[in-house]
Amino acid sequence: MPYNVVVCVKQVPDTTDVRIDPETKTLVREGVPSIVNPFDTYALEEGIRIREKAGGKVTVLSMGPPQAVEALKECLAVGADEAVLLSDRAFAGSDTLATAYALSLAIKKIGASVVLCGKQAWDGDTAQVGPGVAEELDIPHATYVRKITLDGETAVVERLIEGGYEKVELALPALFTVVKEINEPRLPSLRGKLRAKSAKIPVWDPKDIDADTARLGLLGSPTEVVRVFSPEVRSKGEVRQLPAREAAVYLLSKLEGAIR
Amino acid sequence: MEPAFSEDQLVIRDLARRIADEKIRPSAAELDEKEEFPSEILEVLRQSDLFAVPIPEQYGGLGMGLTETCIVIEELARACAGVAVTYAAGFLGSVALVMFGSEEQRSAYLPRMAHGELCAFALTEAGAGSDAAGIATQATRDGDYYILNGTKQWITNGGEAALYTVVALTDRSRGARGASTFLVEDGTPGFTFGKKEKKMGIRASATRELVLQDCRIPKQNLLGREGHGYLIALKTLDRARPGVAAQAVGICENAVDLAVEYARTRRQFGQPISSFQAIQHMLADMATQTEAAKSLLYQTTRYIDSGAQEYSKEAAMCKLFASDVAMKVTTDAVQVFGGYGYMRDYPVEKLMRDAKITQIYEGTNQIQRNVIGSALIKESAKKGKRG
Repeated sequence: MPYNVVVCVKQVPDTTDVRIDPETKTLVREGVPSIVNPFDTYALEEGIRIREKAGGKVTVLSMGPPQAVEALKECLAVGADEAVLLSDRAFAGSDTLATAYALSLAIKKIGASVVLCGKQAWDGDTAQVGPGVAEELDIPHATYVRKITLDGETAVVERLIEGGYEKVELALPALFTVVKEINEPRLPSLRGKLRAKSAKIPVWDPKDIDADTARLGLLGSPTEVVRVFSPEVRSKGEVRQLPAREAAVYLLSKLEGAIR
Repeated sequence: MEPAFSEDQLVIRDLARRIADEKIRPSAAELDEKEEFPSEILEVLRQSDLFAVPIPEQYGGLGMGLTETCIVIEELARACAGVAVTYAAGFLGSVALVMFGSEEQRSAYLPRMAHGELCAFALTEAGAGSDAAGIATQATRDGDYYILNGTKQWITNGGEAALYTVVALTDRSRGARGASTFLVEDGTPGFTFGKKEKKMGIRASATRELVLQDCRIPKQNLLGREGHGYLIALKTLDRARPGVAAQAVGICENAVDLAVEYARTRRQFGQPISSFQAIQHMLADMATQTEAAKSLLYQTTRYIDSGAQEYSKEAAMCKLFASDVAMKVTTDAVQVFGGYGYMRDYPVEKLMRDAKITQIYEGTNQIQRNVIGSALIKESAKKGKRG
């Protein structure tokens, strides 16, 4: 049966070396080229595969500044059918709770039987928005998913846990956050790129999704960043190359020295 | 320097570059070492619509020009010339069909090409290289069929292509004027392949003999008219030659990038070798020659795309110049790398091997000079008449 899939994506700076403004304690975005959060590309690929196999539609959804349409266009070039951007001053400064609230309202309006997210954004790294959206929508969710099998109204997924994986069955509609083991994202096609270049992407504001503005932006964000710091650089470990037996003796003496 | 590409051309360049960087460059050395045909990479090119670029829109292509096609070839060649030539030879094989095919022939085959099935162009024989008029492969009419007999040599994409554009004699007594061009499908009875050739460079590409033994093809597979085969071959080569220049430019750009990067990191006499004027001057010449070749390439493709009817001279010039530059620039890149450059663990000796073929195929550079020379004399004679 066909599925309406909504894929949530975030535009992030194209670097793992993120700088943080010590004053505002937010990410410094100036001068850094933007890309689709790499973890989200696996979610998009999975959405497209679901459509290719079962039919339906893939809509990509993002919340961000106006320039985030570029990230959505990239998703259209890869194969998404439609895109929606939530963008308005009222959304600015939203934490994961407010973001999840806004996204969930947009997903309600679009209508989805499957919602896909990357496991986390590689700038914020919280991994909270996906599950937050599911809670707001009041639908089941599974995180760190490496395999999705859809069968009518249910989904069986494999989610990565420490040392292995677990199989979970969920009733649809449901939300999944996916890990990179799930697939290998395709590259955009030339036709897709040329089509996306001229695509008009609808931009929704809080009114379009009937949002309570008190739950958006800084106002709707209880998260308080108390302090941001870089972890201390630890001194390098000691490297010794010794035959196994000697190495064991040496290590033991070191350990004994440490507890004495 | 970036030629003033249009927005669409930049989209093509960026996508081709991304594929080259992500999907081709990491395996270029291995494909070369193992002489392995890049099937997986071609699948990526297919899915990304790159094969659709030169095919007209009404046949499922993107209907773009020679400039766009050369942008793709150049970007692929930056990562691996063997992959680039596989793509470029497919283009070469389809040119005659696009230019001279009947409506029926085009709608039968071009949608398949747009979708990524490979083509090949088969002119060369053991006794007919630069002297293309010396071919011996024969095509004999038999009712509604032609029966082809002969052997084609060094055919790029041989054994891998779905469709072959084959030049054969329909009238031996008329020499070059007795040649005709045929479309031969893979799998036609009587059509087989010789061994895969072992080459100096572009080793990811497949080069084989085509063996035609009483190979019967329907008469509607004749391209154009009987006796037009040599003309079609020359027009095909004129149009495809900038593709060789694009390969050469791509190889050069890779060589310059690698040489500059190496010079910055390699230390001798207590400093990076890039601080020596001897090295800087070599790098300066390499980069300048590359820019000149690139400018001539895209100047030529724009001239052809603008609808020029006669461009043998210009196509030959850009192929000649860019390939000679590629040989020089890659040789110098090896020199900058010194002893390391000569080692197969480093990437530049491959570039030198790959560059060499661009001076030879689709007409040796000596033949290119013949083409340019005779065009100059013809042009001057015309002016003389007018004067």
